[in-house]
Amino acid sequence: MKLPYERPTLRKLTAGMPNKFGPRAGARAVTALDGVAVAELVARFGSPLFVLSERQLRRSYQAAVRAFGTRYPRVQLAWSYKTNYLNAVCRVFHQEGAWAEVVSGMELEKALGNGVPGPHILFNGPGKRRADLERACEVDAVIHLDNADELHLLLDVAAGRARRPRVALRVNLDAGIVPQWDRFGFNLENGEAWQALGRVACSGRLALVGLHCHIGTYVLQPAAYGAAATKLAALARRCAQELHTAVHYLDLGGGFPSTNTLKGAYLPATDTVPPLDDYAEAVAGALLGAGFPPDELPLLVLEAGRALVDEAGSLIGTVLANKRLADGRRATILDFGVNLLFTSFWYDHHISPTREFSTAAEPTVLYGPLCMNIDMLRESIALPLLAPGDIVVVHKVGAYNMSQWQQFINLRPNVVLIDQAGQPHVIRAAETLEYLQQLEAVPAHLL
Amino acid sequence: MKLKKNIATSEAGFVFNPATGDSFAANPLAADILARTKAGQEAAAIKADILEHYDVAPGQLEKDWDDLLAQLREFNLLD
Amino acid sequence: MLLSATRPRLTVAVTGLNATDSPGPGVAVIRALRETVDFDLRVIGLSYEALEPGIYLRDMVDRTYQLPYPSAGTAALLERLQYIKEQEDVAVLIPNFDAELFNFIKLEPQLRALGIRTFLPTLAQLEARDKLNLPAFGAAHGLHVPASRPLLHAGELLAAAEELGWPLVLKGRYYDAAVVHSLVQAEQAFGRLAGQWGVPLIAQQFVAGQEINIAGLGDGHGRALSVVPMRKLTITDKGKAWAGITLEDEALLALARRFAEATKWRGGFELEIMRAATGELFIMEINPRFPAWIYLTAAAGQNQPAALLRLALDLPVPMMDGYAVGKMFVRYAWDLITDHTQFQQVAALGEL
Ligand SMILES: Cc1ncc(COP(=O)(O)O)c(C=O)c1O
Repeated sequence: MKLPYERPTLRKLTAGMPNKFGPRAGARAVTALDGVAVAELVARFGSPLFVLSERQLRRSYQAAVRAFGTRYPRVQLAWSYKTNYLNAVCRVFHQEGAWAEVVSGMELEKALGNGVPGPHILFNGPGKRRADLERACEVDAVIHLDNADELHLLLDVAAGRARRPRVALRVNLDAGIVPQWDRFGFNLENGEAWQALGRVACSGRLALVGLHCHIGTYVLQPAAYGAAATKLAALARRCAQELHTAVHYLDLGGGFPSTNTLKGAYLPATDTVPPLDDYAEAVAGALLGAGFPPDELPLLVLEAGRALVDEAGSLIGTVLANKRLADGRRATILDFGVNLLFTSFWYDHHISPTREFSTAAEPTVLYGPLCMNIDMLRESIALPLLAPGDIVVVHKVGAYNMSQWQQFINLRPNVVLIDQAGQPHVIRAAETLEYLQQLEAVPAHLL
Repeated sequence: MKLKKNIATSEAGFVFNPATGDSFAANPLAADILARTKAGQEAAAIKADILEHYDVAPGQLEKDWDDLLAQLREFNLLD
Repeated sequence: MLLSATRPRLTVAVTGLNATDSPGPGVAVIRALRETVDFDLRVIGLSYEALEPGIYLRDMVDRTYQLPYPSAGTAALLERLQYIKEQEDVAVLIPNFDAELFNFIKLEPQLRALGIRTFLPTLAQLEARDKLNLPAFGAAHGLHVPASRPLLHAGELLAAAEELGWPLVLKGRYYDAAVVHSLVQAEQAFGRLAGQWGVPLIAQQFVAGQEINIAGLGDGHGRALSVVPMRKLTITDKGKAWAGITLEDEALLALARRFAEATKWRGGFELEIMRAATGELFIMEINPRFPAWIYLTAAAGQNQPAALLRLALDLPVPMMDGYAVGKMFVRYAWDLITDHTQFQQVAALGEL
């Protein structure tokens, strides 16, 4: 038996810490995901590879339902499609009971295709076209109005329909967080929202069923949700009193953080992100204290995205090469870059080796395989002495990457879902050149 | 590879450059290579010995050897 | 020594060994602890960097272990402390560094399970005295604090100046501050502070007067067991006291007692006070730990670190009354001599 090899290296001793884990500890190896060996996954499905855990998807969903449901009697989650609209993922959430929250005609069709009944689809977004509105009316989805032009377009679309389109008003409001998201919906404080509600009510052509707000994303202050819930509830009460319209649901949107650490954050998110219970406590407290008669409590709708799916996703990748930069820094090139890991622009993702190493570590720049200067995954990370061919796992990548990824320079890889029995299933096959080119056409004179 | 004469290496893998005041920590393999170099062993002999005892391909060792030289040069430890 | 033979042995771990020109309190805390009559102490230093001077004060610090930076989080810290606990029978741990407190407070139950006691403020107390929350804190407890407001962009400077008046104090999110007298100066300072520490910045009303610091120890039930006020006599260019003198002033004692009562403060604290020409006392900043000049409290007759040690061990601590007024400290810099081999031990292995 030969001795295990680790490349010879020297570290200059400075006043600072030898590595971020402390003097005697190295990064832990992660050898399996949901019980399936990482090596086996790579052997079967290649590298890079996205892996989703069905068990974690369901666990996160149920945890959210429990956090809110134990504090408020009527709670409904609506899966925010754009966060991850792979059908298998959506269907896991729909099986758990989620409605759908969509923001385009394409997403609307996807939700219908996944068997979501029209009335359980909430249609947000600032860019709805006439055809989208017509389709939404047809399937009786709830249209979340974003602006006055859209309202008037919808009034036009609604004219002559047998069934009044169901609408909710998207409201933006000051919940005490900065910057305030004021580009979506009607502003509450300046009276715009109330004016729009009046128009909806007196038009007679629309059925107002809900009020919506989405105050931001990765919001770290549970109190902001309490403030938003208080304001939305007051608006609903005013609708009941002055417009004689009972609002069925209050939709507080998404924005709950996952435990990924933001770039530039001092402490790791696992220590600083408040538990979902704190948000639920703030929202439930506000709604229960808003003065609704007990039998008229509105349904609480939530559109949590990243908080439900981030943790369930992992990205497996392989070291292609190591090199030393002009200034002496070590650089490692991986087989995935910002094309697949879009979220590396704002998160310092946790990255694990998949075999045991000594505690020696070297600060390393992580690059992807793209021949583009922006393709940097991490400016500096303390990793063990990885060699070409070594496999790494990036954790908590389930949100936004599998919808915002780019087909750029490389094709997109396999995505597998590991079911609750530990069986991997391909839920999106690796792209091929043929797939990439199937919509292209070459004019005759270039053939 | 020729280490500067006055470079001090210790059993624990510490390297000290008296000319600059810098200290370095070598991992076990680097410490071993430096000790043997100081003792006058030729690079070829050291590499052959590593290939015999460690689980590493010759090509990989050559690359890592070059990288070690680059580090030693960067740290001003070579003549 | 006969005396030490009769005193129980106790191992205490202390952070903040960075006795530099912007000093951490660790070395002063250890010096005060070493004067306890209760225990025969073994002192373990906990450092973040290999050149923290306290590491090399071998007659003060018996052995030092390096900790992972606070930014590595509680899991890495706990793992390291578990290792240290296997080497050393640490009974009490005294953190002294603002940026690490969050982690140590979070880990209190786990540390207790390991057999390591602390005596720290709660997370809510820590949060409430944060610079950004100071105005709300003052309003809630009826304590005078300078008027201030957060600033997200330079465009808000003019409105801030109209509200707070010139000159204006601009403070970085975590450290650093500038006194500015005009919009041009303010915009420059804004660029520098925001570039370095991010936003929000804090715009604060300028209060002229005499700088006074108060070191105190809260029992967590609303009592300040010890309060010692000190006026800075010389100040370094980093704003740190380089010499100071204990004061007798009932208003200062009352203010610190009111602070402890209102917050039920648990552990050491320092109030940075400005006494305006009118005699009005403003709380400029609240530090959630002992200050670097804490040894002066021991020298003046109220050994706050030694009392905190007892509190951590659930031993009774009486209210401390009376201290030597006019007791002075004059800080000095001293070149410790060590060897590269010692530095290598700390820097590479994390232990000395
Ligand atoms: C209207 C709406 N709801 C929900 C979400 C989901 O947000 P998050 O992933 O932050 O929970 C978004 C995302 O931007 C959104 O725009």
